[in-house]
Amino acid sequence: MRKWHVWMTAGTLLLSGELSLNGKLQAAGWNMPVGVTDISREVHSLHMTIFWICVVIGVVVFGAMFYSLFRYRRSKGAQAAKFHEHTTVEVIWTAIPLLILIGMAVPATATLKKMYDASEADLDVMITGQQWRWQYSYLGEDVNFISSLATPREQISGDQERGENYLLEVDQPLVLPVGKKVRLLMTSDDVIHSWWVPELAVKQDAIPGFVNENWVRINEPGIYRGQCAELCGKDHGFMPVVVQAMEEEEFDAWLAERKSAASEEAAGADREWKLDELMERGEQVYGSICAACHQPNGAGLPPTFPALAGNQALLDDREHHLDTVLNGVAGTPMPGFRTTLSPVELAAVITYERNAWGNDTGDVVQPSEIAEQLAE
Amino acid sequence: MASLPPKHPVQQGTADAAGGADAHHHPPKGLLRWVLTTNHKEIGTLYLLFSLLMFLIGGVFALVIRAELFQPGLQLVQPEFFNQMTTMHGLIMVFGAVMPAFVGLANWMVPLQIGAPDMALPRLNNFSFWLLPVAFTLLLSTLFMPGGAPNFGWTFYAPLSTTYAPPSTTFFILSLHIAGISSILGAINIIATILNLRAPGMRMMDMTLFVWTWLITAFLLIAVMPVLAGVVTMMLMDINFGTSFFNAGGGGDPVMFQHLFWFFGHPEVYIMILPAFGIVSVIIPTFARKPLFGYASMVYATASIAILSFMVWAHHMFVVGLPLVAELFFMYSTMLIAVPTGVKVFNWVATLFRGSISYEPAMLFAIAFVILFTIGGFSGLMLAISPADFQYHDTYFVVAHFHYVLVPGAIFSIMAAVYYWLPKWTGHYPHLRLSQWHFWLSVIGVNLTFFPMHFSGLAGMPRRIPDYSLQFADFNMVSSIGAFMFGLSQLLFVVIVFMCARGGEKAPAKTWDGAVDLEWTVPSPAPLHTFETPPQYRPAEADH
Ligand code: HEM
Ligand SMILES: [Cu+2]
Repeated sequence: MRKWHVWMTAGTLLLSGELSLNGKLQAAGWNMPVGVTDISREVHSLHMTIFWICVVIGVVVFGAMFYSLFRYRRSKGAQAAKFHEHTTVEVIWTAIPLLILIGMAVPATATLKKMYDASEADLDVMITGQQWRWQYSYLGEDVNFISSLATPREQISGDQERGENYLLEVDQPLVLPVGKKVRLLMTSDDVIHSWWVPELAVKQDAIPGFVNENWVRINEPGIYRGQCAELCGKDHGFMPVVVQAMEEEEFDAWLAERKSAASEEAAGADREWKLDELMERGEQVYGSICAACHQPNGAGLPPTFPALAGNQALLDDREHHLDTVLNGVAGTPMPGFRTTLSPVELAAVITYERNAWGNDTGDVVQPSEIAEQLAE
Repeated sequence: MASLPPKHPVQQGTADAAGGADAHHHPPKGLLRWVLTTNHKEIGTLYLLFSLLMFLIGGVFALVIRAELFQPGLQLVQPEFFNQMTTMHGLIMVFGAVMPAFVGLANWMVPLQIGAPDMALPRLNNFSFWLLPVAFTLLLSTLFMPGGAPNFGWTFYAPLSTTYAPPSTTFFILSLHIAGISSILGAINIIATILNLRAPGMRMMDMTLFVWTWLITAFLLIAVMPVLAGVVTMMLMDINFGTSFFNAGGGGDPVMFQHLFWFFGHPEVYIMILPAFGIVSVIIPTFARKPLFGYASMVYATASIAILSFMVWAHHMFVVGLPLVAELFFMYSTMLIAVPTGVKVFNWVATLFRGSISYEPAMLFAIAFVILFTIGGFSGLMLAISPADFQYHDTYFVVAHFHYVLVPGAIFSIMAAVYYWLPKWTGHYPHLRLSQWHFWLSVIGVNLTFFPMHFSGLAGMPRRIPDYSLQFADFNMVSSIGAFMFGLSQLLFVVIVFMCARGGEKAPAKTWDGAVDLEWTVPSPAPLHTFETPPQYRPAEADH
């Protein structure tokens, strides 16, 4: 009898040790974050519940196992018993796990139902995955931008010291209001991506040809970082998600500013642009969008990603160049950018490609020309 | 006469011991002997050596991955190559190492455990083995092709694996076809052997758990390998013949790819673990010197796991946007599959209870299997909770889960089997001290490698990334150190196996005092031909 006592005490000690440990693990970034939405809290508590169920079962099973392993050593003269079945015991240890699991399924089902209810949202954001960046459109607001990795290449290669948010920083975060129900619609232009922010407990695949639905209501202002979670090719590891949550007034001001910037951009399409203006803008666009595949120096990564520097097929045929950038090339990873980029950006990047890296055609593609083509 | 096919083993075993035997009394010499052999023991050896080679190659790929992940930043390889390494590692380990190892064990041990003279279809057996080197030479050769090897993960989700795939993908498809045919033929052979060639007096419920689990696994293989073949054929059409099965641009459906893949893929993971259950269920009673607890419930649990395994596939797809009812169905069914799995673990523990336990290397691996596989089962149970899986999915937590069930699970069971049966194969005991070193280094290495992955996954590290943010650095460093430790200690395993083949302490026919099954009635090493006259099976000695 006394032996059992010792085992019970050991089990209790282990359990309480783990309890206090858990708090520490959480703080040190060893555990799932509690997050900043009601849903993320529920998910976290489901996680902890099933975890503790596993710990308790583990203590019982491994306890019995180690007890047997020590107690019944042949080297200590243990004689083997002969029993090899016991129906009652077998029924009990089939039934108990079944009951525990039913107990677990109930709260899990409740949470899942809530997660699936994206109705009555205050704001709709369309999230489009592209190799290897995210495009965010605020539906009905005419605000639309691309968010790509902001960590400099020098940090990745180790030539520069790595910053605090290494690989988890973008040029333009997704900005969302606090306290509002935001519906997130997800799709993809190329392969499957997965939009994930741990603090929001939202992970949803972005699949070409499908529009998936999810939602989030953030409780606290702040910056929340995540990453693409579905292998999507070469730069899958370099496709972070950053969400900036702000108070409603602040958000409204931000949105208004973005709207007026967008209409300015649209107005820019009407005027005549100079070569160096376009080159400057084009270099930016190229760097954030095209360089991932065609490389910063235009050399590409043949055979999958062709070189642009010295690419005569493009340079000799301006129409072909425009068509490729606007509409993409079917059956290859090259997407069309007609809806992703503005006429100014398209004109700038095409001009850039026709004049950078010794391509020196001297060609200028005007935003107005692109706007015309887009209108067709 | 010599050019006629060898007579059917049933005939050889019963009516015709003298006349049918001349086909094997003059085997071709040298290399040709191995190419042409139809003997289950030789083919079993070929399978096992092939698997060992693949295990080492796949292991090198894993170490490339772990070396790159030792520190943040890109140091050794570029992302393109990193993705090829993760893909090839997964494919080689699953299709080249684990599956062939189990088939090799089945080849050697199923006939010996049921008292059959050979596999039912010896020539088919030769063919199904020799398909494998072809398949994997083809697969490995893609590394040298323009555009590189497949780089879309072992799960090869479309359209990354179709529209966006490197040109070598067509060769990858061909090699999976060949490996798949090999598996199906192997499975047919195993079923035919078990159902037809059992020793007189041996009923189904007298078979060892190893034979039982393999019988059920073979049915799983026949059921799902054609689905894999179908899905890769659809990819082939999309890539080369302009169809749009999985191409949304042409009206296709990328999610359908995942349904088809996982309808194969989930039973596949059980294909990789059911024989392991069988092995452990044979080894533990031997070294606990006590009959397996709950033999019948073990058989029923295996069968119910196999049946349930067809109903849980979409738990790999919780975040693709399934409708709520589907999400609930697959959550419940996945939780349900944990119940028979639990029953197995309880039965092993009950077998140990009040036994007379000794710790030979085979037993050490079997015990480690029970503990570490159970840890993998626990994380599986956590993953089954769909709302929580939204956080776990595609992170290192999943990597930790499936490596716990596959490395200290499937692979440890294979090692346990090797230590258990090597004396029967070679006539010698493996070197005890070295085996113990191998065990302890492996156990420590495996846990150092995979335990921290639970934490990095929960903390938010996605899988299949070549570089990571700084908060994951410590976990990754520990994992990499553990991986090198585990990897290097497998060289010790190779040394032990080859030493054992060449010499060592002589093993008697009944190598382990607690062993009861039929294989221990034939001499060690087992002669090339055994049970040419079927033994009369007496169930009493096995106690079940
Ligand atoms: C108690 C039994 C088990 C349960 C409840 C379970 C559950 C799960 C779930 C829900 C996932 C999907 C996780 C995700 O991707 O988010 C998963 C992944 C996986 N499981 Fe299990 N599992 C169990 C046992 C096993 C066994 C026995 C094996 C193989 C020997 C296995 C191998 C795998 C593999 C290979 C994956 C990941 C595949 C991939 O995405 O690459 N599991 N498991
Ligand atoms: Cu599964």
